[in-house]
Amino acid sequence: MSELTDLYQEVILDHNRRPHNFRVIDGATTQEGYNPLCGDRLTLYVAMAGGVIKDLAFQGSGCAISKASASLMTDALKGKTADEARALFDQFHAMITSDHAGPTADLGKLSVLAGVREFPARIKCASLAWHTMKAAVAHHSDAPVSTE
Amino acid sequence: MAANAVSVASRPLQAAGFNVDTVRADFPILTEQVHGKPLVYLDSANTSQKPVSVLQAMDHYYRHANANIHRATHLLSERATALYEGSRAKAAMFLNAPDPHTIVLTKGTTDGLNLVAQSYGRSTLKAGDEILLTWLEHHSNIVPWQMVAEQTGAVIKVVPINDAGELDLDQYAALLSSRTKILAVGHVSNALGTINPIKAMIAQAHAAGAVVVVDGAQAVPHLVVDVQDLDCDFYVLSSHKMFGPTGTGVLYGRASLLEAMPPYQGGGDMIASVTFEKTLYNQVPYKFEAGTPNMAGVVGLGAAIDYLAGIDREAALAHEDAVLDYATTQVRQIPGSRIVGEAGHKTGVLSFVLEGVHPHDAGTILDQQGVAVRTGQHCAQPVMDRFGIPATIRASLGIYNTREDIDALVRGLHKVRELFI
Repeated sequence: MSELTDLYQEVILDHNRRPHNFRVIDGATTQEGYNPLCGDRLTLYVAMAGGVIKDLAFQGSGCAISKASASLMTDALKGKTADEARALFDQFHAMITSDHAGPTADLGKLSVLAGVREFPARIKCASLAWHTMKAAVAHHSDAPVSTE
Repeated sequence: MAANAVSVASRPLQAAGFNVDTVRADFPILTEQVHGKPLVYLDSANTSQKPVSVLQAMDHYYRHANANIHRATHLLSERATALYEGSRAKAAMFLNAPDPHTIVLTKGTTDGLNLVAQSYGRSTLKAGDEILLTWLEHHSNIVPWQMVAEQTGAVIKVVPINDAGELDLDQYAALLSSRTKILAVGHVSNALGTINPIKAMIAQAHAAGAVVVVDGAQAVPHLVVDVQDLDCDFYVLSSHKMFGPTGTGVLYGRASLLEAMPPYQGGGDMIASVTFEKTLYNQVPYKFEAGTPNMAGVVGLGAAIDYLAGIDREAALAHEDAVLDYATTQVRQIPGSRIVGEAGHKTGVLSFVLEGVHPHDAGTILDQQGVAVRTGQHCAQPVMDRFGIPATIRASLGIYNTREDIDALVRGLHKVRELFI
């Protein structure tokens, strides 16, 4: 069960119960993310100013992993430039998909999601918010983003 | 079923009664360990496990009979053809179809439904005609009809369901009219387990002049089906949900309809003669079976039918019903649980949600304890939307499941609650 408690750490369960930035930002760019097979769905609100993410929030329903990941992401990306956000996307993606359990330096609170790599079926849950963010920052798309 | 039992090579016919331990011993995978725990397989509505006789039949086919069917003069081709056509005859017996020529061998339920939609539907539907579906259908019995509706200008109508997950039969009667040309209905709902009263529905549809297509994928592993008694026009099923291999299935069609229908796909084996000026199609059912089929799979399907023929189906269903009742009672006692789909007539499926826990998280935690369930929307998004939920946890049963399997599920669900609540 140790892998299970790695996956469902208390921090993740807390973010699931009380997600941060779980709100609407009026007038912000919105982007939908949707994994139809498991039913995870979120709407991401991104307020950019001068190439910087001024505010970031989300709404939706999903599993603990997808909700905690979205919650942690919105905390991590506020104040970052679009380029910084994309770089963090790459680092986060590497962390949750890497084959070997190495140290996960520099990712701070996001490191609690490293346990996802032991659960290949759940990587799509952890990455949904991030892929949705990437689409929102690059260019809004009418089609929902999916990681299935 | 026992009356028309076909010979069972590797397993003696059982006397009346049902012994679940004997059945479990027939399924090698059930002794598998997952995450260091004994496998508890509660996902048979997704795909069933296979008895050793099915595995042996397919192995035997490749070792002793493999050759292309219907087209060579040598001995192996004769053996392969006899086995392939033998499975067709078994399928006819299994469904009590009047003749093996009313049995089209397909890739599975989805393939069968697409065949009926594109061959029968596309050649007969006109703009304004109505195709009647139900709110319980899974995507395979929705999307092919949407495609043919778009091609022909036909209109889709949907029979609603009540809060228990049963079809609203008053609404069904009200929706039937002279415009209704096709009723496509599942015999048993994959998401909720509801058994629909299809015999009465078929009679009503026929009175309105409609042709009835029954999706039997979830029914045949549990219920004995008689297409002549039902009086349906088409009945489709998948081998892999009834203890046979993947990639093969059956379409029963009323002979007069099959005769009049145009071919579905073109290719070898479905033709009588080919010139560049004019091709003559083969007779029914071969005109619907283009190309080299899944021969080993069809042989495996025949072995699965033999397997079921060797079982007292009535006693097996009574066993399954008892396990489902037990599961329903046990899961209902878990705080925060809610059963989704409480129809008066159900088989094989327990769908539920746990308050405060997303089904996907529950699925991962159950898996770590060896318990395999499906979580999600079960390819039946409209059903989930109807109940206002994104997904359910679905425990589904096969003839090999026991009360102990349910106890393991319940222990697992308590573990889920410990972590989450």
